[in-house]
Amino acid sequence: MFKIWIIAQRELQSFFDSLMAYILLVLFLGFSGLFTWLYGADVFISRQTSLRSFFSIAYWTLFFFIPALTMKSLAEERKTGTIELLLTKAVTDRQVILGKFLSIVMLIAIALVFTLPYYLTVASIGPIDHGATLLGYVGLLLMSATYISLGIYTSSLTNNQIVAFLLSIFIGLLFHLVFDVLAANFTGIVGELLATLSLSTHFESISRGVMDSKDLVYFISFITLCLFLAEISLAKRNVIK
Amino acid sequence: MDIRIENLSRRYDRQVAVDGISFEVKKGEILGFLGPNGAGKTTTMKMITSYISIGEGSIFIDNKPISEHAEDLKKSIGYLPENNPLYHDMQVIDYLEFCAALQGVPNNKITERVKKMVQDCGLNAEKHKTIGELSKGYRQRVGLAQAMIHDPAILILDEPTTGLDPNQIVEIRKLIRELGKEKTVILSTHILPEVEATCDRILIINKGKIVANGTAEDLRSQASGQEITKIKIEDADRQQAIDALTALDTVDQVLPLQGDDLRLEVISRKGKSSRRALFSLCASKGWILTEVIPVETKLEDVFRSLTMN
Repeated sequence: MFKIWIIAQRELQSFFDSLMAYILLVLFLGFSGLFTWLYGADVFISRQTSLRSFFSIAYWTLFFFIPALTMKSLAEERKTGTIELLLTKAVTDRQVILGKFLSIVMLIAIALVFTLPYYLTVASIGPIDHGATLLGYVGLLLMSATYISLGIYTSSLTNNQIVAFLLSIFIGLLFHLVFDVLAANFTGIVGELLATLSLSTHFESISRGVMDSKDLVYFISFITLCLFLAEISLAKRNVIK
Repeated sequence: MDIRIENLSRRYDRQVAVDGISFEVKKGEILGFLGPNGAGKTTTMKMITSYISIGEGSIFIDNKPISEHAEDLKKSIGYLPENNPLYHDMQVIDYLEFCAALQGVPNNKITERVKKMVQDCGLNAEKHKTIGELSKGYRQRVGLAQAMIHDPAILILDEPTTGLDPNQIVEIRKLIRELGKEKTVILSTHILPEVEATCDRILIINKGKIVANGTAEDLRSQASGQEITKIKIEDADRQQAIDALTALDTVDQVLPLQGDDLRLEVISRKGKSSRRALFSLCASKGWILTEVIPVETKLEDVFRSLTMN
């Protein structure tokens, strides 16, 4: 656990050193702020004291930002060869992957913490459903963790960051949108299966303020599977064909 | 800690990179790993450091097989990979602290170890720069510093002096020799004088197989075994001199060298020395010997003869 923390700390530091973290924070807060307060179906037009408009904006902005953060995690280390130096230290492949995963989750958590003034502002305008808002944040964090694990997996497949980015967006889009759209077009077991696979179904049910164990199982198994696949693809260097 | 390698093999797809090699390195010994490009040096080093899995055979460190104790044994190995990959966006000192923490140096010792490494590797003026700003030689020093940060019992260095200037090379060699007194060191290189200057023992590997194993002296005598002397004689008739020299019973062959002066290359019979006889002959005939140059077989020649076929 200690080793994971050391790796996560270094990764987080490098996001701040390379300006990546600042760019993400400015863009994320800029976009979500614009759409929550000033433009489109914002808080004043919907005339509801809730953060639903923020959550639906963040649902999309995070979807595009996360692959940009995860794309270099393993791809660049493989390209520059630093992965060799890292893995010959007294750490396991798993610790390296979990450390990288944790660092990006922390970065997203930091971004979400900066939106707490939104919550305080809306709460001061009128009565707000505290439970639903809190769960909305939990939902965003779970969704982010899911795409982070996916991004780390795609980053483990290639030496090319752009390929990792596009692959992550492509696979992510299936769960983010496509399965949901398809589910509406099918009935019966296929429709249900697609709805279950769709990440948006689970995200919406959480952000409505209902935390079902089914949703939690979905996110946790998605994350576990992706991180496990990433570990396998890192271990491929050991395979003798 | 001692390293023992038994029948080690490794393939990449169909290509055999390492083919059944066995050797041992003891504590306090510096082993020079030589071989042409693609001979399997780096692959062997990657297996010793547990970066890639062992194909066949086994590697033991202090009689423990590394395939079973990798996590434990990694702590006692310091590794400088080929091309010295580093995080270019990190500061030297932060990077060394990161490596120390990963290698399990206790928190209260980290600053002290980093300080020592910065001093030993001559990084004091550069310690607050980001690694990307450093010249190649300084990066190489950072690479060495990170390999030694946790004071490992074993050092595996893949071409440690590439990119260093001659002064730095001398310093680094000195450092390695000092370290080698109490550690087990394996270093690979293309630079033959480097092996002679630093290593106690040389291992030449070609196409995945060991072709020579011994000290520089051993290898030289193995390779030629015949004494060669270049001489210059004045006040003598060319043909007469050649005939008289060839007639000596220790001399195998006399080859005249190019030029107007009487310069000859005298090759002795295997295991014999003809230098004394040469001198006596010239003295008795009244010829003046103005040059006697013993020709040593160069390690380069040994290397070439073993790896070219």
